[in-house]
Amino acid sequence: MKILKKKRITRFKEALIQTFFMTNATLAVMILVGIFILLAWSAIPAFKEINFVKFMTGVNWDPTSPVKEEYGILSMVVSTFMVTFGALVIAIPIGIGVAAYLSDVAHPRTREIIKPVIELLAGIPSVVVGFLGIVLFGPLIAHLFHLPNGLNALNGSVLLAIMALPTIISISEDSLKAVPRSYQEASLALGASRWETLVRIKIPAALSGIIASIMLGMGRAIGETMTVLMATGNAPAFPHGFLSSIRTMTATIAIELGEVPYYTTHYYALFGVGLVLFIITFLVNLSADLILHRYQEREQ
Amino acid sequence: MKIKNFILVVLVGLGLILPGQIKADQKMLQVKGSDTMVNLVNVLVEEFMERNPKVQLAILGGGSGTGIAALINGTCDIANHSRPIKEKELMMAQERGLRIRTFIIAIDGLSVIVNAHNPVEKLTLSQIGAIFRGEITNWKEVGGQDLPITLYGRQSNSGTYVFFQEHVLGNKNYSPKMNRMNGNAQIVEAVSRDKSGIGYVGVGYVVNEKGEVFSGLKVLKVSNSLDEMAYSPLNKKDVEDGLYPIVRPLFQSTIGKPTGLIRKFIEFEIGPEGQEIVSREGFFPIGKKQQELNAKNLEN
Repeated sequence: MKILKKKRITRFKEALIQTFFMTNATLAVMILVGIFILLAWSAIPAFKEINFVKFMTGVNWDPTSPVKEEYGILSMVVSTFMVTFGALVIAIPIGIGVAAYLSDVAHPRTREIIKPVIELLAGIPSVVVGFLGIVLFGPLIAHLFHLPNGLNALNGSVLLAIMALPTIISISEDSLKAVPRSYQEASLALGASRWETLVRIKIPAALSGIIASIMLGMGRAIGETMTVLMATGNAPAFPHGFLSSIRTMTATIAIELGEVPYYTTHYYALFGVGLVLFIITFLVNLSADLILHRYQEREQ
Repeated sequence: MKIKNFILVVLVGLGLILPGQIKADQKMLQVKGSDTMVNLVNVLVEEFMERNPKVQLAILGGGSGTGIAALINGTCDIANHSRPIKEKELMMAQERGLRIRTFIIAIDGLSVIVNAHNPVEKLTLSQIGAIFRGEITNWKEVGGQDLPITLYGRQSNSGTYVFFQEHVLGNKNYSPKMNRMNGNAQIVEAVSRDKSGIGYVGVGYVVNEKGEVFSGLKVLKVSNSLDEMAYSPLNKKDVEDGLYPIVRPLFQSTIGKPTGLIRKFIEFEIGPEGQEIVSREGFFPIGKKQQELNAKNLEN
């Protein structure tokens, strides 16, 4: 009798715990959907007054202009992609190189020290990275390229590369490690050198993991705000190259949302920018997820 | 283990005591708004609190627009603003049945700064306007070196941005190439590093406590036209006599007629003690006309 009762209580407890965790899981999904709806809801009124095509393709953004208010986001979209692209160009070779070194070359003891240190890099607050951009990389870039100042897209790219590196290195290294040992042994047994084994066998085998890590790093770079706000100069003009000052979508929202009068076109337009940004990061993260998923399926 | 426990007890104890102490004090007055005025009002508050030890005031920046919005939304008691309240904002207050009272607590000479290595000494108002509109893009056009001009200005939530746009740019658009900086201090920092830079900041931000201009900076003399005398905002008498062309009042606003502590604080600011602090901080004391206006707003 007693045992039976105990069993029933256990079963009840199990059900309770299960419901609890399911609620949590659903909550996360609901929050995501809620944010999307809220963004869309707040962005839609903007298009009563702004032509959608002009919004997406306009180069000038000057909502407080005394002459003519303009809401074109193309310059900031291009700026965002520019710093992100620049960051990836810097971070991918370094990231994969370090990951390969850690998984294949480094002494296990070295790896045990270096890997946690790299992962700690991810914990540096973005304000601190931005500050580095102002006092260290900015003057350095200005000096190297003979510019009057270093507040430009290149500076932002370097900083975002630093911020994306921990993600790229950590996940790439994990996926290199996950390549079955038999691949490596077979390659070496056929007479391939360690370098050939790494480049021709291991990296292609781990490619989906590496690509996913890059996509995740990219997602972080696109959404990063404080660092680019501090280091890129925030000039809303259409960028002419990596050495011109730029203002990204995130920086525009951060700068202007604090002062904008509520429920005005400007306010709704900023949510429109947020919506575009959300869709971009969503697509990037989704593709990273799909690639990772395929990779895991193949592993099984 | 015992030591750990002890530390834990102390921490928990502190956690319990500290919030209690804050609560025990009186309600904290919130002053919010213009970044140009933050330093000045901070000193005013410090001196006021020295004379009234039980009083608690907290000062926040964020820009004039932010301060006025907070005042209307009821999240601060006094708003600092370096531009007059806009029609739109007055309407918003009226809709909520609020009457805003505005006081002038100081006069600010807006200084135009360049790098100390720049040979240019003076500019006319219309030259400065053309530079910031992006019509003049090289220093040689205004008698300087052959060097492209780099613009440093504020962000659109700043009262300084709006004032400068109205009074110097002739209410035209800023050049989209202008770097939008976060505050006065950032502009000072950027221009002192950038040989090609030009920026505008409150005069209180270009001199240290001894009244000397910060190293690396040069404050330009400004004239109304080419054949008129150019005056420096560093020369107090010229500003007070109205000869320096870029001056503006600095405001504080309250909801309704100020009473109690708020009134006491404003009376202190516009009184002789407060005005002495104003000039010590690099701003200029208010004249007779403004005194009368303040007195009127304090009464009836």
